[in-house]
Amino acid sequence: MEKKLPTIEIVEKYCKGCHICVEFCPTKVLEMKGFVVAVKNLEACIKCMQCELRCPDFAIKVTP
Amino acid sequence: MAFDYDKYIRPGKLPHIWCPGCGHGIVMKGLIRAMDSLNLKKEDTCIVSGIGCASRLPGYIDCCTLHTAHGRAAAFATGVKMAKPEMNVILCGGDGDGTAIGGNHFIHACRRNINMTYIIMNNYIYGMTGGQFSPCTPTGAKASTTPYGNPDPGFDIAKLAIGAGATFVARGTAYHAAQIDKLIAEAIQHKGFSVVEILDDCPTTYGRRNKYRSVIDMMNRLKEVAVPVKAAEKMTAEQLEGKVLTGVLHKVEKPEYTEEYAKVIQRAQAAK
Amino acid sequence: MAKKVAFLQGNEAAAHGALYAGCRFFAGYPITPSTEVAEVLSAELPKVGGKFIQMEDEIGAMAALIGASLTGSKVLTSTSGPGLSLKQENIGYACITEVPAVIVNVMRGGPSTGMPTGPSQSDVMCAKWGTHGDHPAICLVPASVQELFEETVRAFNLAEKYRTPVMIMPDEIVAHMRERIVFPEPGEIEVVDRKGPSVPPEQYKPYDTSFGDVPPLAAFGSGYKFHVTGLNKMQDGFPTTKAEIVQAEEERQVRKVEANKADIMKWEEYLCDDADVIVVAFGSTSRSARFAVNEARKNGIKAGLFRLITFWPFPEERLLELSKKVKGFITPEMNLGMCTGVVKGCIEGNAPVLGIFRVDGEPINPDQILDKMKEVK
Repeated sequence: MEKKLPTIEIVEKYCKGCHICVEFCPTKVLEMKGFVVAVKNLEACIKCMQCELRCPDFAIKVTP
Repeated sequence: MAFDYDKYIRPGKLPHIWCPGCGHGIVMKGLIRAMDSLNLKKEDTCIVSGIGCASRLPGYIDCCTLHTAHGRAAAFATGVKMAKPEMNVILCGGDGDGTAIGGNHFIHACRRNINMTYIIMNNYIYGMTGGQFSPCTPTGAKASTTPYGNPDPGFDIAKLAIGAGATFVARGTAYHAAQIDKLIAEAIQHKGFSVVEILDDCPTTYGRRNKYRSVIDMMNRLKEVAVPVKAAEKMTAEQLEGKVLTGVLHKVEKPEYTEEYAKVIQRAQAAK
Repeated sequence: MAKKVAFLQGNEAAAHGALYAGCRFFAGYPITPSTEVAEVLSAELPKVGGKFIQMEDEIGAMAALIGASLTGSKVLTSTSGPGLSLKQENIGYACITEVPAVIVNVMRGGPSTGMPTGPSQSDVMCAKWGTHGDHPAICLVPASVQELFEETVRAFNLAEKYRTPVMIMPDEIVAHMRERIVFPEPGEIEVVDRKGPSVPPEQYKPYDTSFGDVPPLAAFGSGYKFHVTGLNKMQDGFPTTKAEIVQAEEERQVRKVEANKADIMKWEEYLCDDADVIVVAFGSTSRSARFAVNEARKNGIKAGLFRLITFWPFPEERLLELSKKVKGFITPEMNLGMCTGVVKGCIEGNAPVLGIFRVDGEPINPDQILDKMKEVK
């Protein structure tokens, strides 16, 4: 069965580039692209929601 | 499903003013999840703050919000709660605002055991004015006004609250984000004055002066020092050296102030 | 039915005046010589379902007062000099956030602890300039127990009507003397309630000037959500640093009182029409002045009394008018020249202003005023 990929929405105008989501993602899905975060490897996402939970800036929304 | 924070955020107010990596946003999200879990009605909820970075929080949340003078949140909130006990009253602010200039109002709100919840974001520093030491800055730490290291001993906010008579005291950290809403929700449900201290980070004015290389360094420090109260029971004094207890630290039942005043009204009217 | 008559102390009359006006919340801190206001309201407010709270300090009392007022209550605090100094922080907050509140300040000697049980009239400048920044000021200075009752009612009316803190400042003599008072029947003195919103919650803005210089104020907990801050704010209540908005809002806040001076100002002219010498006085000093004016008339001196009932706004225009036909003013006051300076400032040098100043804790007696009249040529 094909794995259903989550959607990770980055609200770029809210992101302040603090690195928290990049650092605390257990499977290294995210990376910094310039000053804001970007999705690097969506396939690796385990839908733990840590990035959404920890983002201080309301800049990440994960729909599993 | 992604949590719908927009339900409680005032339209057009984001991005907030806090610096990159500041934990205040994490705490605000925790508060919103707590409000949502308790289904608090926005128009019957009043969030009151003083002055400082953390005290800017009410401006973002869509309910009755009162951004007062430096240190005075507890006193303003007491007026709101006394006059309208049916309102949910939540206070928030930083360590300097709450325990220095607002220290007197803080301890007396604890003493009265008035049914409000006070969220103190403790980042060990006055951030908005550029990083002066607060009553919670660790001894020896550098701040803009302690260039040779802080000579002052600090307050333990939780012990202060317990000593002053608060009937619910909890502590969390900005690293332990998933716990924040649970602590705040339990505090709001508690009848009496509840204090939730959240250990927070200020990378901009505290971290850079105190050998934290990054936001992540500061977050990891919060992770390392925190010990849940349950786990601490099995630890030796040596193992607990330098650690900070987290979770619900104190919970007792005592008469609540607005209920006691309702009895005053009954007695006065019976005597009339 | 005969009206209720009582023999009351000034402070007690202020408390009963507050109840007549509909006050339902008091927050205060004990201080001589105003404490009786708190004592009476601690007993009377719960009888009518109101709330009384003794706070941890003067600052907290003023803060709680504003919090309670924002829930729609009519609110009162009482204090005296040192307490007034501490309250200034949040008096400024009430000014910029436009929250109604009434402050009874019983004037005792100062500065600092000064003379706690001695009378004084030295807080009148503090009423206008005590808190920092530009702001409106209303200050009432009654001279009798009956007037303290009635002016307390009016203080509430002005606070609610203009969305601003109002100070009522009896000197210690007026606050502590006992006199006969006739209680007005309900409805006999007008009682003004705050103008609430006429728009639904989603359209409400707490500083919506499309309703005029005094925008309607909704109550917390009444279905309306809004933001209140001590920062300079926009019409929707949120902070701004936009130059033109800050300028316009600051000007409006002051204009609320300045443009409505005629409604707010109150004074009494006694034998002023043909007077050569006019005594400008207020509070207990005006009682000595009235006696002196009567004595002077018996001796052929054309004396009159101009008694201030509001100190702020000050009746500058009327005094300027009178200055054109008198030989001089006498300004007796229990301070070192506060009223004297204001009178000098508004009469454009048309007549001499001779002050009588006492700060020794003793009242000014009529003989002092009569002697001074002889200096007016």
